[in-house]
Amino acid sequence: MAKLKSSLTNMLLSLTCITLVAAAALAGVYMLTKETIDKQKSDAEIAAQQAVLAGDENGTPIKVEVDGFGGKMIVMVGFAEDGTILGYKVLEHQETPGLGDKAGQWFQNADKPGQNVVGRKATGNFTVSKDGGDVDAITAATISSRAFLKAVNEAYTKFQEAKGVTVETWTSATQQIEPENTICEEKGGQQ
Amino acid sequence: MNNATKTLVNGILKENPTFGLVLGMCPTLATTTSAINGMSMGLATMFVLICSNVVISMLKNVIPDKVRIPSFIVVIAAFVTILQMVMQAYVPSIYETLGLFIPLIVVNCIVLGRAEAFAAKNSVGLSALDGIGMGVGFTLALTIIGAIRELLGTGCLFGYNLYSDHYGMLIFVLAPGAFICLGYVMALVQKLMKKD
Amino acid sequence: MKNLIVAPAPHAHSGDSVRKNMLLVIVALLPAYLVSVLMFGWGALITALISIVACMGAEWLIAKFVLKEQPTIGDCSALLTGLLLAFNLPSNLPWWIVVIGAVVAIGVGKMSFGGLGQNPFNPALVGRVFLLISFPVQMTTWPRPLGFSGAYVDAETGATPLYYLKQVTKHSDLAAMEKLPQLWDAFIGMMGGSLGEVCALALLVGGLFLICARVITWHIPVSILATMAVFALLTTPEGVCPWNYTALTLLTGGAMLGAFFMATDYVTSPMVGWGKIIFGVGIGLIVMVIRTWGAYPEGMSFAILIMNATVPLLNKIRPKRFGEKKK
Repeated sequence: MAKLKSSLTNMLLSLTCITLVAAAALAGVYMLTKETIDKQKSDAEIAAQQAVLAGDENGTPIKVEVDGFGGKMIVMVGFAEDGTILGYKVLEHQETPGLGDKAGQWFQNADKPGQNVVGRKATGNFTVSKDGGDVDAITAATISSRAFLKAVNEAYTKFQEAKGVTVETWTSATQQIEPENTICEEKGGQQ
Repeated sequence: MNNATKTLVNGILKENPTFGLVLGMCPTLATTTSAINGMSMGLATMFVLICSNVVISMLKNVIPDKVRIPSFIVVIAAFVTILQMVMQAYVPSIYETLGLFIPLIVVNCIVLGRAEAFAAKNSVGLSALDGIGMGVGFTLALTIIGAIRELLGTGCLFGYNLYSDHYGMLIFVLAPGAFICLGYVMALVQKLMKKD
Repeated sequence: MKNLIVAPAPHAHSGDSVRKNMLLVIVALLPAYLVSVLMFGWGALITALISIVACMGAEWLIAKFVLKEQPTIGDCSALLTGLLLAFNLPSNLPWWIVVIGAVVAIGVGKMSFGGLGQNPFNPALVGRVFLLISFPVQMTTWPRPLGFSGAYVDAETGATPLYYLKQVTKHSDLAAMEKLPQLWDAFIGMMGGSLGEVCALALLVGGLFLICARVITWHIPVSILATMAVFALLTTPEGVCPWNYTALTLLTGGAMLGAFFMATDYVTSPMVGWGKIIFGVGIGLIVMVIRTWGAYPEGMSFAILIMNATVPLLNKIRPKRFGEKKK
């Protein structure tokens, strides 16, 4: 078969046909995969909820979003009825590999009570020890640690609001620890 | 060596997309943080390469010259989107890691380059072989770079821990390490190729 | 007859050689090194020794087995790279990190480009920045200057003055100003920091010696320090004495070490006057931008490496050729 000439009709016809077939193929695959994709998403959510609740059936999972060192950080925290932190999971983050991204494990290390938040009763104003609080920040990643604790505090506020109690300590405390433009990953490299 | 084998081997060795043609540098540098990530990206690109090469080779006579680039891109974009949905459904964890770079396969120079330089001029069979060869070459390159970066950066290989990550050199997980690693692997490959 | 060199008279040699210049720089570094041994004890000795041995070893091995050419470690340039690398490291750094830094400095920073004279970036700084990004925790844990009693491994650690300066500039935390060392302490080196960067006095002595011995010219150090000073004066945070702030800016971190010893490396700095001044002003600006607004408290290494990249361009500024007429 000889090659089609680049006449207007030929061009219109061939492009239209190609786009139509492509669109049809995409629609087909979309319909085939939609259910699985949705299921994957809800499965992931349920799995995360179960993980942060650590088996407590009366607990409440709360999802919050804060600004970390590298960008958006989404954390899910599970609270028991009395406000004890059952567990947490960092769902999404853009923290520096090897530094800020340690937040996923750092704050749930049962061997290091100074940095562990799981099992503590949330107060709504957790701060890193550098800012006068009682949680040890990730080595060389204070900003990420502050962001994480802010997420835990915000989650607790949401949790209290859901129960109908307002926490007043929170706002004043965060203003101190969250100055504008906290970008410096402090010890992330001197000189 | 007959024509078919030649086409197949060409993409793996002589015209290896990464080390020979130096095409598709963006995914090469950005997604090779681990061997698995590199390999997944390579396989994803290979899938698109083979499919687009075959379809474009089939359509080469009905596509008028003046609209060939838009037509090629539509075909490639369709396959990339299909791949994206399938990956999202069945391998969500890999989809999450590769993220933005899956849709960006559309603009990967290798895919359009092979469509234009090879598939539009050769038979369907040869084009498929070219897609496989180029795809394997790309996958190999990305896996090697990913493996080196993972090993030096985190002490793991394909997620299997070989030594404590205490000794890992973080720079290899980050962007500068990608450049350093690519440079040295490319130099080594060039040296070995010259020997033959 | 192969070895007969034919050249027109006069047959005079100034006696200048790579080896001689390298040795002069090493001599100029000795006062600062003595101070750091006094401040940081065994750590300073061990770190420098490992760094020097590893640099020379890496150069010898690469030249011998990879490039298959006559090793040139006799010119002492690897020794100097090793010493400068050690100057840029905390004195309690684990030995294997020092070795990695040395191998990267020589292997990646120097030999990959073809050895001495071919490298676009300062090898010691390539090694240092590689380590800083690879091992941020170990590279930013500084021992306190405790005098010679300080042990190598378990030295007490603390933040550097630059950390507190950053608190002042970035977080308007004026209380941090109190934690900064007194000017005199900063001048003689009673503060935390990398092995060789702490004592401004010793570095100044060494730097002036180099200028007097005509190993380096005044252009680069003066333009770097002047730019930093002007920048600091103009951006002093409110409520802080501008002179005190400016003096601390110049005395802390790697300012002195960078200006006199790192930026003036022959291979990686411009050749003539105006090029050198532009080079220095560029470094000064980048350091201050990183220190004031960047994520890192100090940016001397980054600034020098960035400006190293502009050297081929700055070398287009050449002196008038002899006998050439102005157009």
